[in-house]
Amino acid sequence: MKTQRASWLYLPLLLMAAFYILPMYIMLSTGFKSFAEVSLKTMWNLPTGIHLENFQRAYEALAPNLWNSVRLVVPAAIISSILGSLNGFVLAKWKFRGADLIFPLILFGMFIPYQSILIPLVEFMKRINLYGGIWGLVLTHVIYGIPITTLTFRNYYAGIPVELVEASRIDGAGILGVYWHIMLPLSIPSFVVVLIWQFTAAWNDFLFAVVLTKPASWPVTVALNNLAGSQIIEWNVQMAGSFLAALPTLLVYIFLGRYFLRGLLAGAVKG
Amino acid sequence: MRKSKFWPMVVVLLLAMALLSACATPAAAPAGDAAAGDEGTAAEAAGDSANQVEVFSWWTGGGEAAGLEAMIGVFNAEYPDIEFINAAVAGGAGTNARAVLATRLQAGDAPDSWQGHAGQELIGTYVAADQLEPVNFLFEENGWLDVMPETLIPLISQNGNIYSVPVNIHRANVLWYNPGILADNGLEAPTDLDSWFAAMDALQAAGVEAPLAMGEQWTAMHLFETVLLSSLGPDAYDAVWSGEGDWAGEDVTAALENFAKTLSYTNSDASALTWQDASRLVVDGDAAFNVMGDWAEGYFREIGMAPQEDYGWTPVPGSNGNFQFLSDSFVLPVGAPHRDAAIAWLTVAGSQAGQDAFNPVKGSIPARSDGDRSLYGEYLLSAMDDWASDRVVGSLTHGVVANDAWKSEIDTALGLFLTNSDVAAFQDALVNACAAAGPCQ
Amino acid sequence: MSLSRDRLISIALVSPSILAVLVFVYGFIFWSVRVSMSNWVGLLPDYSWAGLANYRNLMHDPRFHIDVRNTVIFTVLFVAGCLALGLILAVLLDQGLRGETFFRNLFLFPMAISFIVTGVVWRWLMNPAQGSRISGLNLLFDKMGLDFLINQWYTTPYWGIGFIAIPAIWQMSGYTMALYLGGLRSIPDEVREAARVDGASEWQLYRYVILPLLSPITLTAMIILGHISLKVFDLIVAVAGKQLPLDVPAIYMWTTTFDGGFYNRGAAIGILLLLSVAVLVIPYLRYTLRTEAEL
Repeated sequence: MKTQRASWLYLPLLLMAAFYILPMYIMLSTGFKSFAEVSLKTMWNLPTGIHLENFQRAYEALAPNLWNSVRLVVPAAIISSILGSLNGFVLAKWKFRGADLIFPLILFGMFIPYQSILIPLVEFMKRINLYGGIWGLVLTHVIYGIPITTLTFRNYYAGIPVELVEASRIDGAGILGVYWHIMLPLSIPSFVVVLIWQFTAAWNDFLFAVVLTKPASWPVTVALNNLAGSQIIEWNVQMAGSFLAALPTLLVYIFLGRYFLRGLLAGAVKG
Repeated sequence: MRKSKFWPMVVVLLLAMALLSACATPAAAPAGDAAAGDEGTAAEAAGDSANQVEVFSWWTGGGEAAGLEAMIGVFNAEYPDIEFINAAVAGGAGTNARAVLATRLQAGDAPDSWQGHAGQELIGTYVAADQLEPVNFLFEENGWLDVMPETLIPLISQNGNIYSVPVNIHRANVLWYNPGILADNGLEAPTDLDSWFAAMDALQAAGVEAPLAMGEQWTAMHLFETVLLSSLGPDAYDAVWSGEGDWAGEDVTAALENFAKTLSYTNSDASALTWQDASRLVVDGDAAFNVMGDWAEGYFREIGMAPQEDYGWTPVPGSNGNFQFLSDSFVLPVGAPHRDAAIAWLTVAGSQAGQDAFNPVKGSIPARSDGDRSLYGEYLLSAMDDWASDRVVGSLTHGVVANDAWKSEIDTALGLFLTNSDVAAFQDALVNACAAAGPCQ
Repeated sequence: MSLSRDRLISIALVSPSILAVLVFVYGFIFWSVRVSMSNWVGLLPDYSWAGLANYRNLMHDPRFHIDVRNTVIFTVLFVAGCLALGLILAVLLDQGLRGETFFRNLFLFPMAISFIVTGVVWRWLMNPAQGSRISGLNLLFDKMGLDFLINQWYTTPYWGIGFIAIPAIWQMSGYTMALYLGGLRSIPDEVREAARVDGASEWQLYRYVILPLLSPITLTAMIILGHISLKVFDLIVAVAGKQLPLDVPAIYMWTTTFDGGFYNRGAAIGILLLLSVAVLVIPYLRYTLRTEAEL
């Protein structure tokens, strides 16, 4: 009975799977085609041969920028996670007067339309001498990541029983001790979620990158955008490049997706 | 059990991240020893060494990028001790690039030189904000006034000051056609608006559903400016841009009605097509005509089409004898970080060698009249002849006749017109745009 | 003694973040508000006072009217689409089928990719050409004999913006699915058993027992999706370019500021966007904080 019902359920699942996979199919199959084969009218055809040189050419064009992206994303994700964790801890378990006001104030930062603050942002970065390089961009991602990381950690910590904190304090632990020995080990699932989230956000960002960095520090999204010229676009190379640019985040989701989900559930489902 | 799998994975992840960031630091260090790294903050520090020039443009691909590279080659040969930093940003017909440039200028971080369309785009935006130095001295020292057309100079000047060095000239008012389709239907290339409309009526009757190919919104503005020129004639056309003409006039109404009629021959999926897609419809035989700047010719050649066989050209009907131009040019910002290097770049950009390196590759004609004719193909030679003999008028879409604010208001009015086809409302909006942001204040 | 030291430490721990947010969020918002009440047009900053004139002008701006209409259509379709699809997928995956992990990852992966990467693909897929130039999904439908599905996509008059929701749903429905799946997993089996014992059918079980239990998740998802959709920008530009029928406030803000130099108008649009997000978010924040306090 159960198995019978299960088997027809695969039909909608497979249909939906096709919908989700379709754009990736186009991207990859175009990436393998020769330039002559690329045409809108034959976009569904499989490539007649495997033209790996597209990927090689795209890699050559994007390699320095891929590396810039790594140098950007790793510190950005780690620092904003740590900050979010500290904020979440204090705002959930060590509230001082006004903490309940501070949380929504921080959270609201998530909602500003970034396009509207580019000018003061660039001006500020210029003034503190961080304009043009990777570190200014890191700082930007860290700061605009604070709301979401704080939210995630605060929700997670709020679900941890107060008794744990109390017991530890009776044992003589101070605020840092409680954080280090109790909260931090418990919040690894949240760290995974937040790290992945921030990794993806910073990796995919174009807007901040294009206005805050100069050519030597461009991350991959800016370089990918530049790869498309304005007259003849070699779509096969462009698609190969797109795939390369998406690969790191894809791998993260494929290999860590389940932990991401698990952490997401742990944070979202409390209460 | 759940945890037993989970923890090792987390450890691996954290280790990987630690490793990556550890790798990242030494990678930055060696490059940075001398001048604190390859980062932008360092670029500023290094900037004081005065042997580099950062040039900003939106030429990142295709013939444009190749042309820029060719000109950089000339520059490197003449100034081997100046490092050229190519800060080109692509996207959105230069709109990403312009946003980046705007934020940089706001923050007081001008590049040493940047690309802009000659004319009001530069004058109305940057000169008005005192961001540009006049470059008359370059024109005088290098004798450019003798080799650049007299008609061009006023269009790139204000109060006698020249504000940019034009590298190339493109023509906007070109009608591209498919010679085969015209021949099959016994048609000649049209010479005025009426014969053009008649030809398109005939084609529609013969089953060509959309004889005129058009693309996304800016290509509609491009079509608009050419039909406006054809309808008004050059004097009245110049007048509406200078503020002497009347946007509310009956001749403008007639021009807008002509434009509306032109639109009725276009393809319904225009908004989904890039200019390349739209031009391609002509050579593929899906449409008979396309109005596009002469960069389309470079595109046709790149996709292997032959002039006169696969595509023909004529001035947009009714605009014969007029050369509606646009020009890419480079500027000298006030307070350029490396002023001498920027002047060196501008000297190359205005030189015969620089322009003859850039233009054949980009598919445009040199702004100088002494280009080496052996380097240019059939179409470009005909454009050089017309440029020398025709009356020169400026393009709207490409920054010659209207400043940015005015143009963007016209763009909004045009976008509304494309959705509602209301000629009277369009004309009202044009009157308001001129009053709000143009010279009719 | 120790307590007050801990208090100081706790404040010290959050103060860098608070300071950063004060400058980068509230400082910049304040700057925008100021610019939105100025006459700043062109490259040179001009802070002369204009009061609410820029806002008043927007109220009479036909382009802004189109923007608001498009945002409403887009938001409704996008949020509803993500919720519906996410819920269906979550329920399907909750049936304990084999290959669950595979499907789950598959539905989640679009979240990992930006529209810088997939925008062009979607432009190809939603190519509106028909007849001899047919391509994209239209071509696929044609080949599969599903001609009734062939359409003009985002070039459809008036409703074109609705089709732009398709790639957006593609990207974010996996996230909604994950949230719902978490919700479903957290419902104790006893609840389901109890309902079944009471004679509820599967449909009734979901409709009357499970769905209500998921409503906090629906609310959270609506807020997150809603603010994404109010700010939608790069997706539309990547798929359809900048064209008035598909204009939204974020695009208007960008073009009027950087193409036109109307810094005052751009800032006013930005502030209006922020206010509309606030209308959405602040009641939600109050609600969640209050329900938390009750717990």
